[in-house]
Amino acid sequence: MTQALEQYSVILIYSAMAVYALAFIGFALDLAKRSSAVKSENMAAGSGSSAGVAFVGQNTGSGRSSATALAERPTAVDAATATAAAAKGTGVGTGRGGASASDESGQRSMTLRLGVTMTVLAFVLQLGAVVLRGIAAGRVPWANMYEFSITGSLLIVAVFLVILLREDLRFLGTFITGLVLVLLGISTVNYYVAISPLPPALQSVWLVIHVFVASLGTAFFAMGFALSTAQLLQNRRETGVEGGRGLARFLNFRLLKTLPDSVRLENLAYRINIVGFAFWTFTLMAGAVWAERAWGRYWGWDTKEVWTFIIWTIYAGYIHARATKGWRGSRSAWLAIIGFAAVLFNFGVVNIFFKGLHTYSGL
Amino acid sequence: MSRPSDHFDSPTPAETSIPAGFENKPGKPGRRGKQGTGGDGDITQPRLGLVGYLRWFWRQLSSMRTALFLLLMLALAAVPGSLVPQRSSDPNGVTQYFVDNKTLAPILDSFQLFSVYTSIWFSSIYLLLFISLIGCVIPRTKHHLDALRTPPPKTPARLARLGGFTTRTVGEPASTADAASRPASSAAVIESARKLLKKSGYRVATFTDANSVSVSAERGYARETGNLVFHIGLVGILLTVGIGGGFGYAGQRVVVEGQTFVNTLLAYDSFNPGRFFTDSALAPFTIKLDRFQATYETQATRSFGMPLDYEASVSTTEGGVPNASTIKVNDPLSIGNSSIYLLGNGYAPTITVKDPTGNVVFTDSVPFLPQDANLTSLGVVKITDGLASQLGLIGFFYPTQDKTASGMSISTYPDAQYPVLSLNVYQGSLGLDTGIPTSVYSLNVDSMKKLTGIQTDLPSIELKPGESAQLPNGLGSVTFDNVKRFASFDVHHDPTSGWVLFFAIAVMGGLLTSLFIPRRRLWVKALEQDDGTIVLEYAGLARGDDPKLEDAVTDLTTRHSAAIAAVAPANPQATLGDSSTNPVGALSGTKNP
Ligand code: HEM
Repeated sequence: MTQALEQYSVILIYSAMAVYALAFIGFALDLAKRSSAVKSENMAAGSGSSAGVAFVGQNTGSGRSSATALAERPTAVDAATATAAAAKGTGVGTGRGGASASDESGQRSMTLRLGVTMTVLAFVLQLGAVVLRGIAAGRVPWANMYEFSITGSLLIVAVFLVILLREDLRFLGTFITGLVLVLLGISTVNYYVAISPLPPALQSVWLVIHVFVASLGTAFFAMGFALSTAQLLQNRRETGVEGGRGLARFLNFRLLKTLPDSVRLENLAYRINIVGFAFWTFTLMAGAVWAERAWGRYWGWDTKEVWTFIIWTIYAGYIHARATKGWRGSRSAWLAIIGFAAVLFNFGVVNIFFKGLHTYSGL
Repeated sequence: MSRPSDHFDSPTPAETSIPAGFENKPGKPGRRGKQGTGGDGDITQPRLGLVGYLRWFWRQLSSMRTALFLLLMLALAAVPGSLVPQRSSDPNGVTQYFVDNKTLAPILDSFQLFSVYTSIWFSSIYLLLFISLIGCVIPRTKHHLDALRTPPPKTPARLARLGGFTTRTVGEPASTADAASRPASSAAVIESARKLLKKSGYRVATFTDANSVSVSAERGYARETGNLVFHIGLVGILLTVGIGGGFGYAGQRVVVEGQTFVNTLLAYDSFNPGRFFTDSALAPFTIKLDRFQATYETQATRSFGMPLDYEASVSTTEGGVPNASTIKVNDPLSIGNSSIYLLGNGYAPTITVKDPTGNVVFTDSVPFLPQDANLTSLGVVKITDGLASQLGLIGFFYPTQDKTASGMSISTYPDAQYPVLSLNVYQGSLGLDTGIPTSVYSLNVDSMKKLTGIQTDLPSIELKPGESAQLPNGLGSVTFDNVKRFASFDVHHDPTSGWVLFFAIAVMGGLLTSLFIPRRRLWVKALEQDDGTIVLEYAGLARGDDPKLEDAVTDLTTRHSAAIAAVAPANPQATLGDSSTNPVGALSGTKNP
């Protein structure tokens, strides 16, 4: 029985991966179309001011916003309605002005919708996999590396989907589905372990709380990371010489033009990162409470504790940087990126290669 | 000075009409130069003497940039402690590191890399950070306390550049309306706005000048309160850990079933007192390990033998009062002022050695250290006196013994199903008189001769419980009487943990308040027009991150309009004009840069 459920769980994970791959393709096609759409638009209309683009970008998509803010701006209204019409009332219109582009916009919304639909479907499959694993194990499905990976990546998608309800961040779909695919791929190939009972050291409510909240924090940091990266690229475009250099040039700015401006991206990244930070702070404290309960001391600079602390400090630095003259903008974005790199390092490297009390990776 | 001079608030509109307290403070002339991004403004200031320099230094230290720099340094400085074993958490790892890296280890040691978190450099970073923190928090607390007692400042002269600026017109132009249809006075309109805002938790003040009446409202003081609680909580944690931690202690003790542990200094196998520890901190209690029970998986084949549960049943006495309880992993026992944790367990075979005439020279239950998941355990017996020469026994204990194809013994299950003890005998000097401290778990065989086992003529002595065997060279005999379980307990006394928890909760609460409660000001201004109408202006200003500012202004506008309309039926001709035709209105909805 247990073994059968465990098998079904694995099958569901593989199915979810296949569907995520489709979602990834959908989102990637959308990004590709954005580039070409902007290109043709540019040829028709010359390059529009980035501020205008950004303005529309921030007010469409959520559906509710256009009412008051746009009501008194005739030009913006035109653009917004045109885009909305092109999007066939789905509230898509990830904002560019100009009715000439409505064709591409229509196609775009198709691929985007495909991406979102596939992501939701894959999410449901993965949720099934995680739940089955939990039922089969008779405990929470996050007690070893494999289980952290499947639950954690599920949470990343969940956070992404929930945020989509409030903000149109579908342009991050490629990143999110790609990241989840990689995580699932690595964990099924390298970390897979059969279900085993919880060792006494992990038999605690704190396993349920501490690890879950840590995964949730990680999910928010992942989103924040993506937004901060987009912000940096966007910033290059905005400040760069015509034509730009490096990566921003490779993207030829076209795609970036369809995204919110860097200030907007920065604000979004900040809002998401502080949620992640709140969760992480709680993780750190819950971990200390658990350590006190299990080992008799709340803090002992065990390797895993050290890295949790390092991550916490980097993000505290990020929040400070946002409030420090000369550090707002790109510099603080770099801190968010470094912070997320540390999160990945903590998960992928510290868990496996570093020696410490937290040797529960199950490998 | 409320916040550090280089603190960056939410972007404010370029226009002038920003009320005091919201602009990015340029710094007070004479006391501080423009610190901004240059940061060296003071160099061109008139010399201020020693006090001036100290003050300058203090300001530098309590600036945002310094705090940021120190935070990042702290993160960086914490890294090496995870790469190199630490004396505090992994002393054996350090010893091993010195063996493995003979040249590198002393160099690392001279940089205190084996005790990073108590090193001079790590400590200086966090101490500086906390001094900076205190320097930052004190003036802010003072300022905030003042702010809490001050009503919201005067409404800015021009609201048009502020967040979510919206206008509404109340009433009909005089040309189309007679005197009776005049809208309610602007004072009344503002009063209703004041009530609305007050009800929504804003602190309000009304202002009247030559051509307008206005209400100025502010909310979200809790944001700053939370921020201060957060930072003060951090100081609290540091102080309690740093000072209070010195009064605690932690000790380890291995207890075999049937043994009693008395909480005295001598009874510990190892003991780490805090700086201010005195013997009197040891509460008088005793713990007897009656029974240690381990449960292993026996059903699922794939996880066969994995531990499911450990439970130590103990009898305690505290102040003469006996008690029975259990100690489990994740479930410590509180006794006296201490907590007892179950951190490890294993087997302690009872071994008796007799001389050739049959006199017992040694008998004890010797804790063996587990070596693998199936509890193959390694232990040492040292017999110093009573035999013709000193004797050392290195023993392997297999709870469930089996033999590999090559004849090697292994344990296949952690419970004692088929226990076997295998002993290698060494004869010679135990080296106990050299004065070098030795571990009870290791045997220095440098000046000993191996008598049984590999590379000798005799096989290892293998015993099942109750069996005896003769020692080689007619030295005597050895008996494996039985095997008991042992539990290793950690005894901790930490008078600070309650306070640390208290401050941690304060930190968490402060953080949530400070991150998620928006602080903003809203204004409603009524301007009486020559034609008898009243133009109402609505605007807001965010302090800190406030995604909902514009929504708040919109919401206020709607609710206020509704409130006025509710009064209006008494005065049917008074209407609300939408401002979309108003040229000023064309500006509304513009976002702040
Ligand atoms: C132990 C060192 C510190 C840590 C871990 C830390 C952490 C944080 C965190 C997490 C926040 C955001 C949450 C909140 O507003 O409560 C914050 C905000 C803030 N901190 Fe600190 N801080 C430290 C030291 C300092 C110091 C030394 C200063 C003064 C220079 C300072 C000034 C501020 C200010 C002004 C804010 C508000 C930022 C804003 O306007 O968004 N902090 N700090």
